[in-house]
Amino acid sequence: MRYLPLTDADRREMLARIGVATVDELFTDIPERMRMAAPADLPRAKGEMEVERHLGAMAARNVSASSVPFFIGAGAYKHHVPATVDHLIQRSEFLTSYTPYQPEIAQGTLQYLFEFQTQVAMLTGMEVANASMYDGSTAAAEAVLMAHRVTRRRKAVLSGGIHPHYAEVMTTLSDLAGDEVVRLPPDVTATEDLLAAIDDSVSCVVVQTPDVFGNLRDLRAVADKAHAHGALLVAVFTEAVSLGLVEAPGAMGADIVAGEGQSIGNALSFGGPYVGLFATRQKFVRQMPGRLAGETVDADGRRGFVLTLSTREQHIRRDKATSNICTNSGLCCLAFTIHMSLLGESGLTRLARVNHANAVKLAEALAAVPGVKVLNETFFNEFTLRLPKPAAAVVEAMADHHVLAGVPVPRLLPGAGLDDLLLVASTEVNTDADRAAFVAALTEVL
Amino acid sequence: MTTYYTKDHEYIRVEGDTGTVGISDYAQSQLGDVVFVELPSVGKALTKGAEAAVVESVKAASEVYAPVSGEVVAVNGAIEETPATVNEDPLGNGWFVKIKLSDAGELDGLMTEQQYDDYLKSIS
Amino acid sequence: MLNRQGRPTTPGAAVESAHPTFTGNRALQQEEPLIFEFGRTDVIGVDLDEPAPVADRLGGLKRKDTIGLPGLSEPEAMRHYVRLSQKNYGIDTGLFPLGSCTMKHNPRLNERMARLPGFADIHPLQPASTVQGALALMDELAHWLKELTGMPAVTLSPKAGAHGELAGMAAIKAAIAARGETATRNVVLVPDSAHGTNPATAALIGFTVKAVPAREDGTVDPAEVAKLAGPDTAAIMLTNPNTCGLFERDVVEIARVIHEAGGYFYCDGANFNAIVGKARPGDLGVDAMHINLHKTFSTPHGGGGPGAGPVVLSDRLAAFAPLPYVRLDDGRFSLVEHAAVSDQSPLGRLTAFHGQMGMFVRALAFMLSHGADGLKQASEDAVLNANYVRACLADLMSLPFGNRACMHEVLFDDAWLKGTGVTTLDFAKAMIDEGYHPMTVYFPLVVHGAMLIEPTESESKASLDLFIATLRDLAFAVRDGDTARFTGAPYHAPRRRLDETRAARQPVLRWTAPAPVAEAAE
Repeated sequence: MRYLPLTDADRREMLARIGVATVDELFTDIPERMRMAAPADLPRAKGEMEVERHLGAMAARNVSASSVPFFIGAGAYKHHVPATVDHLIQRSEFLTSYTPYQPEIAQGTLQYLFEFQTQVAMLTGMEVANASMYDGSTAAAEAVLMAHRVTRRRKAVLSGGIHPHYAEVMTTLSDLAGDEVVRLPPDVTATEDLLAAIDDSVSCVVVQTPDVFGNLRDLRAVADKAHAHGALLVAVFTEAVSLGLVEAPGAMGADIVAGEGQSIGNALSFGGPYVGLFATRQKFVRQMPGRLAGETVDADGRRGFVLTLSTREQHIRRDKATSNICTNSGLCCLAFTIHMSLLGESGLTRLARVNHANAVKLAEALAAVPGVKVLNETFFNEFTLRLPKPAAAVVEAMADHHVLAGVPVPRLLPGAGLDDLLLVASTEVNTDADRAAFVAALTEVL
Repeated sequence: MTTYYTKDHEYIRVEGDTGTVGISDYAQSQLGDVVFVELPSVGKALTKGAEAAVVESVKAASEVYAPVSGEVVAVNGAIEETPATVNEDPLGNGWFVKIKLSDAGELDGLMTEQQYDDYLKSIS
Repeated sequence: MLNRQGRPTTPGAAVESAHPTFTGNRALQQEEPLIFEFGRTDVIGVDLDEPAPVADRLGGLKRKDTIGLPGLSEPEAMRHYVRLSQKNYGIDTGLFPLGSCTMKHNPRLNERMARLPGFADIHPLQPASTVQGALALMDELAHWLKELTGMPAVTLSPKAGAHGELAGMAAIKAAIAARGETATRNVVLVPDSAHGTNPATAALIGFTVKAVPAREDGTVDPAEVAKLAGPDTAAIMLTNPNTCGLFERDVVEIARVIHEAGGYFYCDGANFNAIVGKARPGDLGVDAMHINLHKTFSTPHGGGGPGAGPVVLSDRLAAFAPLPYVRLDDGRFSLVEHAAVSDQSPLGRLTAFHGQMGMFVRALAFMLSHGADGLKQASEDAVLNANYVRACLADLMSLPFGNRACMHEVLFDDAWLKGTGVTTLDFAKAMIDEGYHPMTVYFPLVVHGAMLIEPTESESKASLDLFIATLRDLAFAVRDGDTARFTGAPYHAPRRRLDETRAARQPVLRWTAPAPVAEAAE
């Protein structure tokens, strides 16, 4: 076995040093009748070539995003990732290191986490950010729990524009914790009356912008009313690139911002691993979940970084911890922060303009297809179409034409009477030819 | 003025019907550099053994339990600003809360300074 | 129970460097500023054409302020991150004996496989017809996990170990609700030696945590469990092998006691690496167990994530798994993403999509490479290596539970350091100077000044022999009173000991632009 350095001679010598005759004598604490008599009923070891053949055949059965005109979004976005990013995150010292519990030999990780926290804080318009969560949905659920701790109330109001999967994660966790959730009905055109749902019993209002249907939301009035009632505004986003062009949640009064960072630096990877972004106001920092890197000095007075405020965390507070989270999304943060520093302000804002322009062009082209209606007044790089046929069947038929057209709303919200709605996203990867193929295939299948 | 101790390393220094509660010198040395304290609000009623405050160092955290029952009549806001005082002067300026005792009889169950010294010897 | 054991967090006095340099660099060790200190907002390291103007659809919500994000050209970015990487210690650097973390070799074949466009470049919401291979991979991974654990069901979506704990404990909560016992069955028993995530998870979802003290030998006594178990017992959360490096030899009896009380047995599978191919949790009475793919199955730790924490479930809990899951009908795979009305499970999604696909590919590549035979050998070697370290250090360092066989990690305490002026922390920092990553220190909490060493199966005998010789040399230095070698350590790392007290008392959690220097008055 190529990964195991011990030889049989080594093993014999080591057993003798330990003072046992066989390795099984080291396993005698396992009750004898519970020890496996034969190996598990699974294949035997394979060489690299065989593994590549086996997994390569599986990979070949999937249609990759780069191989077709691709317009799927709804919480995960196809963006171009610079070659530099993937090279750097595979540096041994990043890839094979652990949580930086020994800061003297983990300054690389700690410094990029500090840089990442600063970038996220700047991008969201907030004062502080943590070193990331599992993904956007778990970040949003943690934001609700945090709002409950801050306000000492236990009721969250969820806008009907929140990604349904995110709303389900928040609901699942709240149900388990015994907290109340008021989930407003699906709000395709951003016309819901959120203000009416806010009163003195509410801990937080959770609003996504751009929302799952692509609409941009002005959070200011919601923030004002929430604050007047002692509640917090939690702003959620699933498309981080939008922050390059659209007003930051922090500038619109958000108290906690939770979002998905996959768009910057990270592959689609069928849903994970991704990177949850989490930012808040300085005054709430002790109630914030997750790891935090902070600046300090070493014994020689040189600047250095450490994990800090860790008494909030499970390994010290145990059942009194702010969250049960142990891991962050280290390597995905690294990918995010490298891509973000390659973009910089000029690159990010331009990338955002390209995304928006491509989506505007696509929306205009699709609006001209007979029977198709674009429902959005506003959007960033994703919008909702009303089709004359059930969207799921249209998407399947277009896949047969080698166009991956978007996400049928009923896949996210079955039984909501929204079967004719289709979410369509367009990013910098789409070309004029892609748009033409979309229009042609859609015209064909309708 | 008498000082009593608990097995959880809190002390209470009693003057009349009021007791000043903090953590012992041993407790602060075990915790390491204190970086944060969480204090109750004035007026809170505490029962003996209930959590009165939380004290945290960089790598450890501990609840501070009420040695006796009573009402919180004062808290030491200064240690919220400068937690280092808990390390530097635990029995003096590093106090946590003042409690108005509701049952002075509860003091009988606590250790005297001499008994606490013996207790520390027994656990070290 | 909280962690009450502190340790020094401010460094001692500085020692002047013998040969200071102009730059502060030391040859290959380069000092590196923050990107905010040398990046410029008008520099772009990604070429992109400005789009032709369009009538925007932003509805007046266009960003007004500048963001302040610095940009780097590609060569600047490359150098910045390479220099940062050189301040990190990884498995590829040297022996990484971090107990309970299973820092084993990360094969690069797995990286190559995870980056195949058919896995890395597919969207979680593509039509099922376009991702049959991905669903087949999830199904095959599930099969391996079920076979290796002897459990009938698995949920793949949890994103990390603690998230897996949440899924497993949520399934238990749902099962209790289905029995109509939510109000009465709400206590979770957790041994003192457990990972902090166990009590944190149980408390998060509304259970009351009751601690189970360990007996003299570091394991859990079923009689103690029997005393605590009753009609209010929801579950026990037991790590097996436990965090003292010992197999809970009475695990079958503990399971029986818990089941008899009507509770469930949650096993923390963090230490599964010791017993793969040797014993199956399903045979031991386990109802739910998370598997840290980033430990046992070698998906890279990546500086603290991403992880992956699938949970295997017994028949009693299988119906309460969270959404979504993969189904096979007539040779076609599909994803079940919504609960049917008839569905028994009230437990919904725990994450937006289907789990850590990138980690699934790597873990399956690892399993296929080893095969059933290789995985068993890996566990045996991991246990052999830990015992070899134990046998070679037992005369100098103290073993809290006696010199007996351990599993894949060996636990020492600091009794042997008493009165020497050297603490566990000092000893760990001195190991850094010798080129090693320290072991896990001050965990588990049940012994004083814990040092938990897990060499894993990835170490050769020569590597272990040098490691052992180094620790022996350090131990002799302690004995000889060479305390400065420890209390000032590390001397040779990119940074000396860092002031963690200052970091916590005056938190600086982000870079901020320095205030402009006032013009000198003329």
